[in-house]
Amino acid sequence: MSEFLQQVINGLSLGAIYALIALGYTMIYGVLRFINFAHGDVFMVGAYIGFYAFPKLQPLLGDGYGTAVAVLLAAMIGCGLLGVTIERLAYRPLRSRPKLTVLITAIGISLFLEYTGQLPVVFGADYKTFPTLIPETTYTLFGGVSIGSTQILVFVVALALMAALRVVVLRTKIGTAMRAVSMNMNAASLMGININRVISFTFFLGSSLAGAGAVLYAISYPKINPLMGILPGLKAFVAAVLGGIGNIAGATLGGFLIGTAETMTAGYISPSYRDAIVFGILILILILKPSGLLGKGGAEKV
Amino acid sequence: MLSVQNLHVSYGAIAALKGISFNVPAGTVVTLIGANGAGKTTTLRTISGLVKASSGNVMFQDTDITNRPSHEIVKRGLCQSPEGRMIFPGLTVRENLMMGAYLRNDRKGIEQDMEYGFSIFPRLKERMKQAGGTLSGGEQQMLAIARALMSKPKLLLLDEPSLGIAPLLVKLIFEKITEINRDLGMTILLVEQNAHMALNVASYAYVLETGEITLEGPAKDLASNEEVQKAYLGM
Ligand SMILES: Nc1ncnc2c1ncn2[C@@H]1O[C@H](COP(=O)(O)OP(=O)(O)OP(=O)(O)O)[C@@H](O)[C@H]1O
Ligand SMILES: [Mg+2]
Repeated sequence: MSEFLQQVINGLSLGAIYALIALGYTMIYGVLRFINFAHGDVFMVGAYIGFYAFPKLQPLLGDGYGTAVAVLLAAMIGCGLLGVTIERLAYRPLRSRPKLTVLITAIGISLFLEYTGQLPVVFGADYKTFPTLIPETTYTLFGGVSIGSTQILVFVVALALMAALRVVVLRTKIGTAMRAVSMNMNAASLMGININRVISFTFFLGSSLAGAGAVLYAISYPKINPLMGILPGLKAFVAAVLGGIGNIAGATLGGFLIGTAETMTAGYISPSYRDAIVFGILILILILKPSGLLGKGGAEKV
Repeated sequence: MLSVQNLHVSYGAIAALKGISFNVPAGTVVTLIGANGAGKTTTLRTISGLVKASSGNVMFQDTDITNRPSHEIVKRGLCQSPEGRMIFPGLTVRENLMMGAYLRNDRKGIEQDMEYGFSIFPRLKERMKQAGGTLSGGEQQMLAIARALMSKPKLLLLDEPSLGIAPLLVKLIFEKITEINRDLGMTILLVEQNAHMALNVASYAYVLETGEITLEGPAKDLASNEEVQKAYLGM
């Protein structure tokens, strides 16, 4: 029983990170109806922003949580701006083109980030060790179940960001405009909504969540390299599809489910199946309920 | 207030508008009637900047707004209730109305205008917290009109408000169009297939046939015009 609970805690903390990344996929899909395949690589850049920001921020803010929060914000803002730039330069000129064109462009951007990232003058292809942002303490809960301070930070940050996102999307004018654009772009234009601005805002939000996810991922698994975004990116994409692509609550749910499934598989079956299970879930959901757990309506091709 | 001059629009190789010109003077209700596929919606979409004109001009209050971005056109005071209503299905009635007021920040004025919307369409007030997509067709049409009014436009464009709704509601909606024009002094360009109703509420009318204006005149004259009666009034 306690081992099971331990797996749940580990799974949910990994899942929280997938959920943050999945939110970006789903929000961008919501407004533009395409999968931003460069999203996982924006996530990777977030880890490097954190990596390079830490030595600059730590002398100013000391060893405590101040630095951790600042590193997190740096990655969020940096990724947000990167997402906005990618949309502006690569996707916007293709807005009226077939979706396949945009999709292929996204794959191109993804490869571009992965391979320029490996250049020695950029990040370099080698693994780097992400700094320890907070001292690791392990708390024993009950019956031998334990939770680390890193995991606690992951939960606190992820849940706070999800709650904040909920408020933005449901309660603010720009959030309502985002939902309006995702429902009917032409009607939104006719209301005086500047579509480009809403799309930029969506890319900023979605990419900054990936940036936050990257820092949380990097403190949990401190080896970073320019290809580190591929697998978490794909898994978060599966999470978004599982929850129902375009559905914000679905992405959160999907993230937690995928994280838990992965950890459980690694713990109870074999660690070598941890990736396979995720793609197994993708295949199942595409066969059984392509619109996802919380998605409505028929399947839409990407 | 609005002057369309020699407007040409095409979709690829298909010419949808072949050089149409018409005027909408301030304070009036003008109607553009025509059969299926005549180009009525294309005309309104072009005025609102959703479709690009290949040549010709759209002048609004002496400013050339041809091919300007839609949101900029709304800012200038020209708002449209589009064909098919285009309600945001997942937003509540209130949120739909707030989207109509997207460019405004005067909270008090917004609330007042929402109250005005509710006063002409009380049904909307009852449905305030309901998702737009759950409304009936007629209610959605009311919402579309009220939503367009929320931007406090100087010119209101209405694309087939009678489309797909019950005859009794059609009558109500046309009464409200007259009321909006009278109460607010709102200038209205009404596009309709239902020529009978449209000629009743408008003061001036244009007949659009396959992308060209073939007839124009005071609405009363057109209503008694033999050709119009035969082609559009089923007499
Ligand atoms: N997006 C489009 N692509 C290609 N052709 C189009 C498009 N929209 C309209 N058309 C064509 O342009 C012409 C005018 O269409 P439009 O929708 O403006 O007519 P309408 O007068 O509004 O008709 P209705 O009364 O059926 O709404 C039609 O021949 C139509 O087939
Ligand atoms: Mg039409």
